[in-house]
Amino acid sequence: MIAHSVFFYIFSLIAIVSAVMVTVSKNTVHSVFFLILDFISISCLFIMIGAEFLGMIMLIVYVGAVAVLFLFVVMMLNVAEQKGQWFSSRWDGGTHIPVGLLVSLIIFFELIIVIGGWKYKPDLLNSLSINISTEVTNTRSIGNVLYTDYIFLFQISGMILLVAMIGAIVLTYRERAGVKRQSYVKQISRERDEGVDLVEAERNKGVKIDV
Amino acid sequence: MFSIGLGHYLTLAAIIFTIGVVGIFLNRKNVIVILMSIELILLAVNINLVAFSIFINDLSGQIFTLFILTVAAAEAAIGLAIIVVYFRNSDTIRVEEIKNLKG
Repeated sequence: MIAHSVFFYIFSLIAIVSAVMVTVSKNTVHSVFFLILDFISISCLFIMIGAEFLGMIMLIVYVGAVAVLFLFVVMMLNVAEQKGQWFSSRWDGGTHIPVGLLVSLIIFFELIIVIGGWKYKPDLLNSLSINISTEVTNTRSIGNVLYTDYIFLFQISGMILLVAMIGAIVLTYRERAGVKRQSYVKQISRERDEGVDLVEAERNKGVKIDV
Repeated sequence: MFSIGLGHYLTLAAIIFTIGVVGIFLNRKNVIVILMSIELILLAVNINLVAFSIFINDLSGQIFTLFILTVAAAEAAIGLAIIVVYFRNSDTIRVEEIKNLKG
């Protein structure tokens, strides 16, 4: 129990510090690195608390795909080193900083008040819950529920991913000039008349080929 | 102090959520950092759902975390595609120079 709490504090401290660094660091590439660190420490917390499957999926999806995508875009657009200060701005003289901090503090205290004063009804738990079984593994129990009770949501999420993929391709696609490409429509709709030319050849004279 | 309960995880999620909101409010660098702040906010929501799922002993929270993960990945892909297109059109993604909507 002591070890669990010590590791909880270590991982959550790393997560909070790296979340601050994501927001604050001047270099965007460093922000992406701290985002990766944040996701790794949170997935360690998930594995510690007993949600191993989600921890591993977080590692694969976020660290393996999303963070690499961010890094790729940052390096491709060459916006890593931004000149200028952290939070200063020219167009409003920096008045958004105290207002933003105030609103964020209010949000934080509201959340803390809700966490401190909230109690759930004890008989609510027995009504609709899908209990976590201790006999099978976490992955297996998630699979048992995901492919039966939540199959429609599962398929809809697959459809969301498909739409996102097509949307990203459509958004970033552009026709470049000077690139020779195969055009199926042009190939198929080609007629005999434009391809073949019948020429009457006279004796001893030959045919002039160049048009 | 030495027994980690639901409140500890909820407090951690609240702190990370607030940091994400601060990142959106105060950011003047580029839009990519705002997208990363949105990822932080979604991460805080995921922490909440998983903590409730474990401490209430109900598996639905983890299923919903899975779906939030899917939607977050799709959102990151679309957002980055929009940023790439915007950068190609106007050569900047600095927040203070994006004012086509005159907001």
